Amino acid sequence: MADKIATREAYGDALVEFGAKYENIIVFDADLAEATKTCKFKKAYPDRFFDCGIAEGNMVSVAAGVATTGMIPFCSSFAMFTAGRAFEPIRNAIGYPHLNVKIGATHAGITVGEDGATHQCLEDLGTMRTIPGMVILNPADAVEARAAVEAAINYVGPVYMRFGRAAVPVLFDKETYKFEIGKGIQMAEGKDVTLVATGIMVSMALEAKELLKAEGIDARVINISTIKPLDKEIILRAAAETGAIVTAEEHNIIGGLGSAVAEAVCEGCPVPVVRVGVEDTFGRSGKVPPLLEYYGLTPANIAAKAKLAISLKK
Amino acid sequence: MDQAKIKELSKISAEIKLGALEGVFSAQSGHPGGSLSISDVLAYLYFNEMRVDVNNPQWEDRDRFVLSKGHTAPGLYAALALKGFFPREDLKTLRQIDSYLQGHPDMKHTPGVDMTSGSLGLGISAACGMALSGKIRNKDYRVYAVLGDGESEEGQVWEAAMFAAHKKLDNLTAFIDWNGLQIDGAIVDVVNPTPLDEKFRAFGWNVIMINGHDFNEIEAAVANAKATKGKPTAVIMQTVKGKGVSFMENQAKWHGSAPKQEQYEQAVAEINAYIASL
Repeated sequence: MADKIATREAYGDALVEFGAKYENIIVFDADLAEATKTCKFKKAYPDRFFDCGIAEGNMVSVAAGVATTGMIPFCSSFAMFTAGRAFEPIRNAIGYPHLNVKIGATHAGITVGEDGATHQCLEDLGTMRTIPGMVILNPADAVEARAAVEAAINYVGPVYMRFGRAAVPVLFDKETYKFEIGKGIQMAEGKDVTLVATGIMVSMALEAKELLKAEGIDARVINISTIKPLDKEIILRAAAETGAIVTAEEHNIIGGLGSAVAEAVCEGCPVPVVRVGVEDTFGRSGKVPPLLEYYGLTPANIAAKAKLAISLKK
Repeated sequence: MDQAKIKELSKISAEIKLGALEGVFSAQSGHPGGSLSISDVLAYLYFNEMRVDVNNPQWEDRDRFVLSKGHTAPGLYAALALKGFFPREDLKTLRQIDSYLQGHPDMKHTPGVDMTSGSLGLGISAACGMALSGKIRNKDYRVYAVLGDGESEEGQVWEAAMFAAHKKLDNLTAFIDWNGLQIDGAIVDVVNPTPLDEKFRAFGWNVIMINGHDFNEIEAAVANAKATKGKPTAVIMQTVKGKGVSFMENQAKWHGSAPKQEQYEQAVAEINAYIASL
């Protein structure tokens, strides 16, 4: 079994690592530093950390003002309170003027667990995706999370980064892994169907591939860690070469990866697209494994949906 | 302030009014009332106070200005044009499809605009960010923001007020344009945000109440703000919405409607008569 690390831990560690190299990075949080892991940066660079209190709209707008002066502000809270509550300030104060603000949103999706629906953000990819020019990164593991932070620093413009609460398997090798904004990664070759996954669902898609293999189905697996701009090339090639696609995300099936992939496939190479995700409902309290089971965020469901997609091929 | 200076600033303020009205009239759209109520503070800041360079609008050490009540962009644009950031004749392109003068301030396309604004409550927060950055980097620039009184009904204003006081942003001065009117009527009838002075004081700000049409009082308030250490300053300016145009004064309907030809001509005549009287 691979090591398991939460992407929020990797985010906190990356802020500390790159904070040493880039002295113009400053970090804001909204009273959740222990949970978002910006507390690590706070400890390392107390002069460049600012707690904004429980006032997320103000936090992201303050960050916008800071960005106009040439500094690189990161701001963190849970996905619900950034992409959700602070949507309009992010849209108007950061997105519209295309300011160089990095939003580190943690506790995305249902793996928040016991806190339940009010804190389980299943809409953030959707809201952020509608903002022109917003880059959206959803890393699959700790290695990719670190790389995403570095890529966000080197990109000039607004970036929304989505991190999770729960520990997830490490899939990539830190020494060899190269991250490029806007590039998907083919994790496994396959010719019968393509499993396009993001975030915590990438490791499950790899498990689903094994389940399908046992039934004689050869599934391709693609990791999409940049939700926007979407790597249409890798998706359309998969559509053309495998003729069926399943998307998998820890998000409402409306608005996120499934929607983005379906839009690209419909316009570029129409083939069946079946979406795995939370099916237009709210979350609920529970421990992570039963929650994933409850909402069908499992390798078994991905495999079942793969068979459905294949059956829909013309 | 000597009489010659007052006369000079009064003339600039009147010219800001003419520029704002020309833009709104040409567009047949926009916000004249609140542009006229802040023309005096705009004249004072841009022509007697702020350190800016029209040849280098992005100058790192410049003083910053954020029009948090972004709908009164016509007033800001007129001040920027008169200052020399862009040609005055462009004011009449306001709100047109091919213009860089958007309905609300757009920092990416308009020289001299330091922050995109228009959604109320966001500008004061951004001004806090500029002030905080100045503190972190030991820059001596100052940040000025102008808010509407109706804008203070927006909750984020108070998030920002709490933040600015807690972070001791004494390089930040917020002018509140207390003209008493918002779109739906008198602020005290819509959802009464007063007393604004006691609220800002309770949030930890240095508070000054002035007549926003008196340059001596504006000058004294700015000096007081600069001398105040450890606290941001709120200057609550009692103003007249539509100031300087008889039929617009104290009328909520001129918040966001444009004058027709005859009305425009009368407004211009009144302001020109005022300039001639100086």
